[in-house]
Amino acid sequence: MFSEEKTEEYTATKNACKLCTPLGASLVFKGIQGAVPLLHGSQGCSTYIRRYLISHFKEPIDIACSNFAEDTAIFGGGANLRIALENILLQYAPEMVGIATTCLSETIGDDVPMFIREFKEMHRGEEMPPLVHISTPSYQGTHMQGFHGAVRATVEALATDQGADDRKANDQKANEKTRVNLFPGMLSPEDLRHLREILTDFGLGFTLLPDYSETLDGPLWTEYQRIPAGGTTVDAIGRTGSAAGSLEFGRVLAAEKNTAGKFLEKEFGVKCHSLGLPIGIGETDRFFKTLEFITGMPTPPRYAEARGRLTDALVDGHKYVSRVKAAVFGEEDLVVGIVSFLSEIGVIPVLCASGGRSGHMVGKIAEIIPDYENKGIRILEDADFVDIEAAAEEVKPDLFIGNSKGYTSARRLNAPLIRIGFPVHDRINGGRLLHVGYAGAQRLFDRIANTVIGKRQDDSSWGYTYM
Amino acid sequence: MTSIPILREREGQIYQKGREPFKMSCGKHSLAGSVSQRACVFCGSRVVLYPIADALHLIHGPIGCAAYTWDIRGALSSGPTLHRYSFSTDLREKDVIFGGEKKLYSALCQLIDAHQPKAAFVYSTCIVGIIGDDVEAVCKKVAKEKGIPVLPVHSEGFKGTKKDGYQAACDALFKLVGEGPTEAVSPCSINILGEFNIGGEAWMIRDYYKRMGVEVVSVMTGDGRVDDVRRSHGAALNVVQCSGAMTFLAEMMKERFGTPYIRVSYFGLEDQSKALYDVAAHFSDHPEIMAKTREIVREEISAVYPELQRIKPDLEGKRAAIYVGGAFKAFSLIKALRYLGMDVVLAGSQTGNEADYEMLRDMCDDGTVILDDANPLELSKYIIEKKADLFIGGVKERPIAFKMGIGFCDHNHERKIPLAGYEGMLNFAREVHATVTSPVWKFAPKAVIS
Repeated sequence: MFSEEKTEEYTATKNACKLCTPLGASLVFKGIQGAVPLLHGSQGCSTYIRRYLISHFKEPIDIACSNFAEDTAIFGGGANLRIALENILLQYAPEMVGIATTCLSETIGDDVPMFIREFKEMHRGEEMPPLVHISTPSYQGTHMQGFHGAVRATVEALATDQGADDRKANDQKANEKTRVNLFPGMLSPEDLRHLREILTDFGLGFTLLPDYSETLDGPLWTEYQRIPAGGTTVDAIGRTGSAAGSLEFGRVLAAEKNTAGKFLEKEFGVKCHSLGLPIGIGETDRFFKTLEFITGMPTPPRYAEARGRLTDALVDGHKYVSRVKAAVFGEEDLVVGIVSFLSEIGVIPVLCASGGRSGHMVGKIAEIIPDYENKGIRILEDADFVDIEAAAEEVKPDLFIGNSKGYTSARRLNAPLIRIGFPVHDRINGGRLLHVGYAGAQRLFDRIANTVIGKRQDDSSWGYTYM
Repeated sequence: MTSIPILREREGQIYQKGREPFKMSCGKHSLAGSVSQRACVFCGSRVVLYPIADALHLIHGPIGCAAYTWDIRGALSSGPTLHRYSFSTDLREKDVIFGGEKKLYSALCQLIDAHQPKAAFVYSTCIVGIIGDDVEAVCKKVAKEKGIPVLPVHSEGFKGTKKDGYQAACDALFKLVGEGPTEAVSPCSINILGEFNIGGEAWMIRDYYKRMGVEVVSVMTGDGRVDDVRRSHGAALNVVQCSGAMTFLAEMMKERFGTPYIRVSYFGLEDQSKALYDVAAHFSDHPEIMAKTREIVREEISAVYPELQRIKPDLEGKRAAIYVGGAFKAFSLIKALRYLGMDVVLAGSQTGNEADYEMLRDMCDDGTVILDDANPLELSKYIIEKKADLFIGGVKERPIAFKMGIGFCDHNHERKIPLAGYEGMLNFAREVHATVTSPVWKFAPKAVIS
């Protein structure tokens, strides 16, 4: 046990614990300054994905579409892509267009790179923003493949080694800021803001890709922002080839051959540091150690202080959470990150599940909890919520930790759900959830401990008011 | 300010009343790159069939289409809740290459065995249309083996607009109609079409008709049951709400079974009352029905009237923008907003036809912007220009309103409270009041309009 592969006797996916690839790609493009995502395919894909993202981020999310009709599906999408690009350039004046395909355009075999070349040829002599293309057939992988694929495709399209020589020369100059790349994976805007703060406090220059911390969590407007302010600039992505190093989060991602960080290492010699999502103390320590290594400076005192307060809180609360059983679900790397944190505080992640099917999650969890089988921990890959609920009925978790889509299961099993990750469709703070760093671990710990305490208090006959 | 350019190809779909000549260009495929608020054929089918609670709904395609439509609607059931599951064949790469028929067959058989549904709907998504799976043949085979209707829904996303999805759903439903026994059906009986029981609306409306002495044979598809649909041809009258969704079925039933139909709306006091009176008038040889209807309308209005009167002064003169799926809903909303003392400054729909837009033109005041198949840029532009205080739309419109610092009311299928019927009008008024009069807007920076 316990990687439970689907057998030949096929049954349907019931209440998926994953989304399709173009969603992940769209999210990445929303984190690039001046970029407009364009889905090459049917109107429904862009509308459904917009709707889904809007319900989580509660922000306007404009995603264009090349609007296939029946004849497009027969004769190919070249003309539609051209019209779509022209209208986007006219209406949005973008600094970049991120073009992601859908299963429809992929299956009819549209040659999007050729369409883009033709489009550029037609508009030769005109100023043209970069048109970045990623192939995202939704029958390959999940939204996470779309997400990481779009990061990689953008870097591949835009990164140059210009400035690499300058960098070497600058290395000699003590006053030059060290610049790093950070590929954080699919985190919340609040996470991205916290990561920016940390890098800034280390005195680092950085390219955080993607960075939707402002574009998908911004203030009110007086007029509609065709493209919300913020995001990684195209220039900064161009400079990723000359950075002092790359940090790439995700233990599962690290098992993949082809990532943005690995591409930069191979092409431009930019060293790639693969780390887990910095959720919990151990993974955050590793993140800070890497930053210390790159910058040659110690961790700024405020983080050591935050770590100190956090460990103090873990001691104060350890008995309440000790041996509490949790079911954790969501994207593979998020699950691995949460498992790492839970194993630090004495919570047993009795059920770890993801709709992802990279094949790496079991191994990564085993790295954290080598005797997971003896502990009765069940790990489900390529799972849906009916699988998760069935497994939960057996292992009887005290609480669920994951996105909103687990609510119905948690409700049926009468266990509280601690909402993290994506999507959070039934609360208003999806964009403001903090998972990473010592501050993220602090908030997670407080929520978990207080949820357990609250449940015991509610379940007690006398509703105590003092612990 | 409002420097947003309007795409030339879209100029014929934007009209300000008073600037003749009026000739709305509509019913067109959405313009590529325009960021339309519309969805697709599959969406249309899914909306209509979703509330049938004792049927299996299996989406044949890669995971996205199923994931994005999992339990997002507020359609309630008084019994089974099979509709709230999201089943998908979740096609992978090798299925796309070798075809998905085997997988579809296996998934259908297993799901039917596990859930014992009364019928199964199989939705074809974009890719199934391309790889050419013979969905009809698989459905036929499974129907024979399992002894329940297994109905293909031809809802490939690219094959038209959401409206074509309504038609595909109606085609599938029509295969059930006429299959059940009708001996016990009363001569004073109706079907309710185009009502999806959002937040329990169908229950309220059913109850009004029941109190009038009219039997409701089936609601299509709110709190829907397969057996009710099968005997729905026994009803004397089809009462169709919403111009787009289920008129197709009403037409088909009229042709095959001679069932007449009327069109109604359940939104707002005026339209709700008319919906009851029109049915009573149809059964004019039973004058007691009309008498009871008058009583019910009086009773229901008196129940909500005092609070509506208390709410109205705060809303007097406030300006509203409406952008909804079907134009028919916009008509009712204009009346309901006027009742509350509000002015409508923008009215648009995703799927209106020429007659709908002419009706809108006739109903609206001079200067009102009328839009077909709009996008966020256009909607926000006119909201600002027309100084709207309220936007009524769905989930995709909500952040547009909120970002621009104005109130919002969700009048789409995702909402969880009933806005139909008399009680619904009160809910609507309360929601509009809560959002328009909220103190939070004083923190919103206001646009300076030159």
